[in-house]
Amino acid sequence: MSNAILRLDDVHTDIAQYHILHGISLDVPEGGVHVLLGRNGAGKTTTLRTIMGLWRAKKGAIVFRHHDITAMHTSDIARLGIAFVPENMGIFGGLTVEENMKLATSDGSFDKARLARIYELFPALEKFWDKQAYALSGGQKQMLAIARAMAEPRALILIDEPTKGLAPSIIRNMVDAFREIARETTILLVEQNFFFARSLGSGVAVIEDGRIIHRGQMADLAADEALQNRLLSLSAEAHT
Amino acid sequence: MTNLSSAVERLGGVYLLPLLLSTLAFALIGSPSTWMTLTIAGLAMGMMIFLMASGLSLIFGLMDVLNFGHPAFVSFGAFIAASVLAALASWVSGDSAVMNIVALMAAIAAATAFGAVAGWFFERVIVKPVYKDHLRQILITMGALIVAEQLLLVIWGGVPIQVARPAILTGSVIVGDVSIEVYRIFAFLLGLVVFVAMYAVLNRTRVGLLVRAGVENREMVEALGFRIDRLFIGVFMAGSALAAMGGAMWAGYQSLITASLGSELMILVFIVVIIGGLGSIQGSLLGAILVGLMANYIAFLFPKMALASNMLLMMAILLWRPFGLKPAVK
Repeated sequence: MSNAILRLDDVHTDIAQYHILHGISLDVPEGGVHVLLGRNGAGKTTTLRTIMGLWRAKKGAIVFRHHDITAMHTSDIARLGIAFVPENMGIFGGLTVEENMKLATSDGSFDKARLARIYELFPALEKFWDKQAYALSGGQKQMLAIARAMAEPRALILIDEPTKGLAPSIIRNMVDAFREIARETTILLVEQNFFFARSLGSGVAVIEDGRIIHRGQMADLAADEALQNRLLSLSAEAHT
Repeated sequence: MTNLSSAVERLGGVYLLPLLLSTLAFALIGSPSTWMTLTIAGLAMGMMIFLMASGLSLIFGLMDVLNFGHPAFVSFGAFIAASVLAALASWVSGDSAVMNIVALMAAIAAATAFGAVAGWFFERVIVKPVYKDHLRQILITMGALIVAEQLLLVIWGGVPIQVARPAILTGSVIVGDVSIEVYRIFAFLLGLVVFVAMYAVLNRTRVGLLVRAGVENREMVEALGFRIDRLFIGVFMAGSALAAMGGAMWAGYQSLITASLGSELMILVFIVVIIGGLGSIQGSLLGAILVGLMANYIAFLFPKMALASNMLLMMAILLWRPFGLKPAVK
């Protein structure tokens, strides 16, 4: 794929003595939401963490906009324009919402229009702006984690299972927010919630035992329940 | 019960503990002048321990490093300050208040600067190779403490050293029936100034924000684009410098110092870090003041309990709040 913003080529990652990724090859095209689906333990989180340099690829190459980031320091990868929203949200509970947001900016100041857009998407953040983040609910913490990734323009946002443990009403808000974010940024989304992924994703890849077993368009996968069952061992009904 | 606890929180929460302790001590001591003398001695002692403990708390909180070598900086700070004061003996004992202060500042500055430089060396050479390995950290930093104590013996010898106290800090101020040592007032004020400065840096600057965030989640700070390893060096140097400053102050307080000074204070410093809560400057201050007050009150009221008093305080606080009074991580 020529317009790939991110390319993983035969990436292998070990965690301690365990070989988790067995040669992941993946192209993420620029623009839109691209979903990495897979069951628990398939290697989704490891893939995102390897891209961010939080775990090192033992073999293979990761290229972001013509920069080989395979061996780069995590902070340098972030400065190239990749934001990361981890599964545990990575919120600094002892800091205020404002301070959490400030850390996501390069000089501690906010673009007013961008901040207004964040408030519009996540009104709770404005309400609790000067409150310590540990006091936020799970959904509000997830909003803060995503808002932090939006604090400045990013080329790519890696988001790890944002719907985990959230109420359906909050998940619906998330869908709207992600659509809005995807208008200016590419999102690589790791998910298990197929309904959420289907409502957002343009491209999809399925990972199993540290290998990509399917690549294609989300619309095609959504339309083929047999394929879903075969690839994910889950059906649409299982998530209703 | 909930109403009571929220009312207590509104009034200051755990920050009321020193007040509670001193009120209880007042009732037991009976004599207001004795109580006042002990309270001021406790506050001064607490502030000096705060200087030593606050850096260790940040180092532990941010870097997850168990630095049992921290007391070496306290000892070196004390000996360097003592040497500078000895070298400037004529200024120290002279009648000129200005020269007294210059000599004192030179001693504290020399100790603090040495702590910063030695801290840089210690982090690069001894601690860096054992990041993420607590067992090796304990072994290598304990080893470094032993080596440091032997170095002190080599440089300054095994005979206890007399520390000259600048003339301006000798004597007492008499307020009514209460006699307050000038040195204790100075120790308290210096500790307070350092606390305010640290609080301002941590809460009003971007570097401080990064340190507070790093204490909670180092990985996420890096994922936001910041090199936390560079912060590590800065925090380690600052923590070591503060320990040396605390050592310099303690030297003047004790008047007679030995190479084991740091090791002897290690227990108190670790108690303060544990009961205050890791990575928290406010927690360190609170813990240090409690330890200082407790040590002085108990030494007067129940001398035989003096050694155990702070251990008992730590046990009681950990049973109540297992993560300390004001841990940085929520």
